[in-house]
Order: sequence, then structure tokens, then C-alpha cells
Amino acid sequence: MISFFNVSKVYPNGVKALQGVSLQIEQGEFVFIVGPSGAGKSTLIKLIFREEMPTKGQIYINGRSILRMRRRDVPHLRRQIGMVFQDFRLLPDRTIYENVAFAMQVVGARRSEIKKRVPEVLKMVGLANRMDNYPPQLSGGEQQRTAIARALVNKPSTIIADEPTGNLDINTSWDIMECFQKINDDGTTVIIATHAKEIVDSMRQRVIALENGKIVRDENRGVYENALT
Amino acid sequence: MYMKMLLLRQAYYIFQEVGRSLKRNSLLNFAAVGTTAISLFVLGVGMLLVINTNEIAKTIESDIEIMVYMRHDLAEEDAIALEPVIGRISGVKETTFIPRDEALKSLVKRLGDELDESVGEQNPLPDAIKVEISDPHEVNTIAAEIEDLPGVESVRYGGQDFVKKLFSLTNWVRIIGLLLITLLGLCGIFLIATTTRLTIFARRREINIMKYVGATDWFVRWPFLLEGIILGFFGALLAVGVLYFSYGALIAKIQETITFLPLVNSTLVLLRIFQGLLAVGVVMGAVGSTISVRRYLRV
Ligand SMILES: Nc1ncnc2c1ncn2[C@@H]1O[C@H](COP(=O)(O)OP(=O)(O)O)[C@@H](O)[C@H]1O
Ligand SMILES: [Mg+2]
Repeated sequence: MISFFNVSKVYPNGVKALQGVSLQIEQGEFVFIVGPSGAGKSTLIKLIFREEMPTKGQIYINGRSILRMRRRDVPHLRRQIGMVFQDFRLLPDRTIYENVAFAMQVVGARRSEIKKRVPEVLKMVGLANRMDNYPPQLSGGEQQRTAIARALVNKPSTIIADEPTGNLDINTSWDIMECFQKINDDGTTVIIATHAKEIVDSMRQRVIALENGKIVRDENRGVYENALT
Repeated sequence: MYMKMLLLRQAYYIFQEVGRSLKRNSLLNFAAVGTTAISLFVLGVGMLLVINTNEIAKTIESDIEIMVYMRHDLAEEDAIALEPVIGRISGVKETTFIPRDEALKSLVKRLGDELDESVGEQNPLPDAIKVEISDPHEVNTIAAEIEDLPGVESVRYGGQDFVKKLFSLTNWVRIIGLLLITLLGLCGIFLIATTTRLTIFARRREINIMKYVGATDWFVRWPFLLEGIILGFFGALLAVGVLYFSYGALIAKIQETITFLPLVNSTLVLLRIFQGLLAVGVVMGAVGSTISVRRYLRV
């Protein structure tokens, strides 16, 4: 579970990226975070991940305070959260298999465990037959699915994606969203910051809309834009 | 038990990473190893120079003796009587009386017949007492005390000036060597730091991903530290190798020509020095990479 209590973030240059944000996301929810560029979506995600610290307010992730967390506990927080980015962030000189296995090596997983788990997640995202290819040989959608597999491989409680379809065409974007839906069906919390209006509108999931660093709307079964505003 | 397994698995990964990056920056690695080797080589040469001059100085010092010459008109019995008086002075180890006849004989033997003719029947040499002392540093005070005794014409002692010069030379070697070593050492550390920085730069994507999947700070840092330590160690190894062979050859050459020079050639001493150099190399590597890891690796 993720809880924000009256959270504000002011960057050192004085930009108020978030102002008085409060929200709760329960385990197993599917949440879209929408809003124009510069609204504070990425900042919100960075706070969950403790890449940035809040200027004011309190944040709890799975019952633990981000503010009171010691530095050496941060890696353990991050192992509970799988991150997916717009630019995929794959290592081009390693195969698809190795890219996914990398996340398990880093946390010190057993080799036998890696051998079993990596093909399993790759199959789940539909890349079982591309394991030995290198990222540049894959389409954008396939690369993003590799990144999703990597985020998923350590069985996190939450997957967070920052504009995961920003570099993809609409059809591929649908594939990716279906992939997230499947992950969510297995009980993993999914949080996606996105501009993909059509998809948000048709998926009818919870939508949190940000504008100028404030939550302007938080609806279950919501749409990208409120028709009245 | 679990921790141990975890460490083992991560160690495997870390060594893999070190291997990768050592292959990648081969030119810079070469420069870093080379500079480290040169600085440690100079350090080694300096150390060998200092311990050898110390050894030579010690040997010469232990040979220091005072020659005490009696007044020409002093009777031989009085001269002999002075010997126990000198012997009682503190710091005096041994005394030997040298009668003037004997001194002349050995002089003649050394210089040959030409002297024999010019001197004729007259012996121009005084009676003398050879004094050996236990501490070479007291030679001045002991000589002065002897000179004050009645019947003593003059005292003479050698070696002291040479030893003084040798020691001041050793000091210069120390000072210049230290400066040179510091300078070269800093260059070595700087190059290792640069190597590490380039490796960090080359692997910034990977480091970024590691951070997102929850790698610990140490897991991210270890490969870089290890890389620095390995570079330092190989630099030291190179220095030790070159030093070992060139010193061995030098010693053999010198002892062929100047057999009496007491050069240090004990395996134990050399081993100590080489161990020291290796340790310094490793420390240089660790320091160099730590500088870069701290500055450029905000995990
Ligand atoms: N590291 C940063 N330093 C300074 N300002 C930042 C930084 N990151 C984001 N900002 C600013 O904070 C605001 C919110 O940015 P961001 O959270 O990236 O919005 P979004 O992801 O919704 O486009 C923007 O005005 C942006 O310029
Ligand atoms: Mg953004």
C-alpha cells in the first residue's frame, strides 16, 4: 500500500513540482496518473521510489516511512517496486535473457533460480522466442516488454511505469497496456503515468489527474479528461 | 549461511564485471599500471639506496680508530705508561702500542727503498698508540680528551668526514626520493582515479539500472574498487619484477669489481621491501578508485 499525506516537493531551483498531495493506493489496484507535461507525474513516481525526497509531508510504502528509512534500507524498498521507463533502459550489449537476468543477479539470486524464473517472465510478456536476441534487434514494443519482464522478475508488489508508451505507436501501446493488465490480474499493484488518452478512456481504471502539482481529480473507473472541465 | 551464499554469488558477478572493464580500457589501464610501476620502482630504488648507504656507513664507522702520536722527546717507558691511562677513558675499547721502530719498518716496507736512503739512520717517527673505540659518534670527545694528556703530541682519526658526507648524501637521497615518490605516487593515484572514472562513465547505464532494481551501494561500488586495487597491484608487481632483476644484476656487477663494498643482498630484507611495495601499490589503487567512486557514483 502507498500513502501520501500532504506531500509537497520543491526542487532546489525553486520549482514547486508537487503541492499538498494526499493519496492512497491499495495493494492490487490499477492506477493511471494523468496530466499535462510538467504537472508533476514523474516527481510523484520518484518520491515513491525514493529517488527524490519530499520537502514536506509523509510517505508510507507498505507500512514503512520513506522519510525515516535509513539509506541502507533503500535497496530493499526498491526491490519491492518494479520500474518501467519511456526509454526502456536496456543494456544493448546483452541479450534479452541477460537483461532480465541482470536484475536477479544484482539482488543475489541463485543461478538455478535465475534459470527457472527468467524464461518464465519472458514467456509471460510474450518474448519466449526472443531470449537470445539483442535489444537493437527488437521492435520498440518488444523492448518495452523486455523492460517489463525485468521489472517483474524479482516479484515486486508494485509496478510503476513512467509514460511506458510514450515512444510507441497506438497498436503497440495497446499490447503494452494489456501486458500491464495481465500483471495486475495476478495481484500486483500497477501505477502508470501516461498521456495515452484513448487507452485510459477505454480501460476505465482509477485515474488520478495532476495539474500544477496538485491533484485535481481522483476517480475510480475514470477517464483521461473530465468532460465538464 | 545464507549471507555467505549471497556473497559468493555476488562475488562471481563482481569479478565478471571487473574482467569486462579491464578489457575495455586497455590503453588507460596500461598507463595507470605503468605510472604506478614507475613510482613504486623509484620508491624501491630509494629504499635500496638508503639501506645500502646505511650499511656502508655502519661498516666504515666500525673501522674508525684514533692514532695517538707521542711527543718526540718522550721516553718509550713513559709512552708505554700512557697506554693504560688511555685505556681507562670511557668509550675506549682497545689500545695497541706501536713503537717508533716498528712504525718505521712498516713505512719502509710500504714505500720501499727510496725512503730508506733519505732517512738514513735517523727515525723521524714518534711512538704511537692505536685506540679503538666502541661508539663512533664519540670519536671527537675521546680524541680531545686524549690530546690533553701530558706527553701527547697529536691525535689523528680518519673516516669521520667520509661518514658525515655519506650520511648527508643519504639524507639528500631521502629528501629528493621522497619528493619524487610523492609526485609520481600522486600521478599513479590520479591515473587510477581516471581509469575508474572512465569505467564508471562507460557503465553509467548499467549503474542506473542497478539502482532501480535495488542493488546495494556496496554491490555497485565493489567492481570499481576492485579494479583500482588490481591496477595498483599489477603496477607494484611490475615494479618489483624490474627491481628484483636489475638489482640482482647490479649487485653482481659491483661485487665483481669492488669486492669489499658491503651491499645488502639478504633475501629477507629484499622480500620485506617487495612486500612493502606491493602493499603500497594496493593502497594506491584503493585510494585512486575510492576518489572516483565517491565523486562520481551517487548511488
Ligand atoms: N530535477 C529537477 N530539478 C528541477 N526541477 C525539476 C526537476 N524535475 C522536474 N522538475 C520540474 O518540476 C515540474 C514537474 O516535473 P515532472 O514531475 O517531470 O512533470 P511531468 O512528469 O508531469 O511532466 C516541472 O516544472 C519540471 O520542470
Ligand atoms: Mg514526466
